[in-house]
Amino acid sequence: MTVAVVRFGGSNCDRDSIQALTQLGIDAELVWHEDGLPADIDGVMLPGGFSYGDYLRAGAMAARSPIMQEVREAASEGVPVLGVCNGAQIGCESSLTPGAFTTNRSARFQCERVHLRVENADTPWTSAYEEGEVVEFPIAHGEGRFEIDDDRLNELEDEDRILFRYCDEDGEVHEGANPNGSKHNVAGITGERDSIAVMMPHPERVALPDLGQVDGQGVLRGFAE
Amino acid sequence: MTAYTATVTVRLKRGVLDPEAETTKRALDRLGFELDALRSTDRFEIDLDAGNEDAAEERASEMAERLLANPTIHDYEVAVERADG
Repeated sequence: MTVAVVRFGGSNCDRDSIQALTQLGIDAELVWHEDGLPADIDGVMLPGGFSYGDYLRAGAMAARSPIMQEVREAASEGVPVLGVCNGAQIGCESSLTPGAFTTNRSARFQCERVHLRVENADTPWTSAYEEGEVVEFPIAHGEGRFEIDDDRLNELEDEDRILFRYCDEDGEVHEGANPNGSKHNVAGITGERDSIAVMMPHPERVALPDLGQVDGQGVLRGFAE
Repeated sequence: MTAYTATVTVRLKRGVLDPEAETTKRALDRLGFELDALRSTDRFEIDLDAGNEDAAEERASEMAERLLANPTIHDYEVAVERADG
């Protein structure tokens, strides 16, 4: 089991991701995007950062880089793919997942801890949790507001493709607990297959026991499912 | 082949929140200007050679579809004119 953590120019959560995965016993290797995906990988993580300086739209440039065609092909064959933060923006921009992550309602960069409610515990990324469980992850983004048209959002909800919603510490989902104005408080979703997922909050930043909280380990363990 | 300039204007779909535009509007309010609303757009001016105006427009539209606009949140329009001189 080797997870390729794809580094673009401007990625900055790549080494954190490798450290978090490795600590969980999941073999992970850094892959420079121009080198393409190694043939023998078993998973792909698109880490956070500011690929291509967020030019045009966050994730827009990286989504059109040649390696993403390989990532889409791997994903369609069932290789697990997880996009976090900028990786989530890249995932949506490259049609791995529907919708878009765009400018926060506040028009500001927000770096804070948020509570998330697990909406569907029946995916590789959330099977470590209970449905309705409340976890605490950090967010760090300026473009994290999930936007999608209402019909498509209804479809996602009907198909149980919402992984997490922003909530308060008691698990109540409401506007006051919505840090960035995301539609229906959506923080993470799955793609056509549930082996493909994107989320704005950072599981890899709450995965090392030495740093105290480990709520994010469950998401990363999705690669080992 | 003829030289054209294609102007691609990308704007948020109606109903999609534009926090930067709202912040800009509030700043204009603070400066004492009277206004009801403000929308921002991205405008790309693309110089290209094409066999005719339709071909130039088609190529610029494809650029908008594939990169310049995100169809989830954006509408776009393309205008083409001959680049004389």
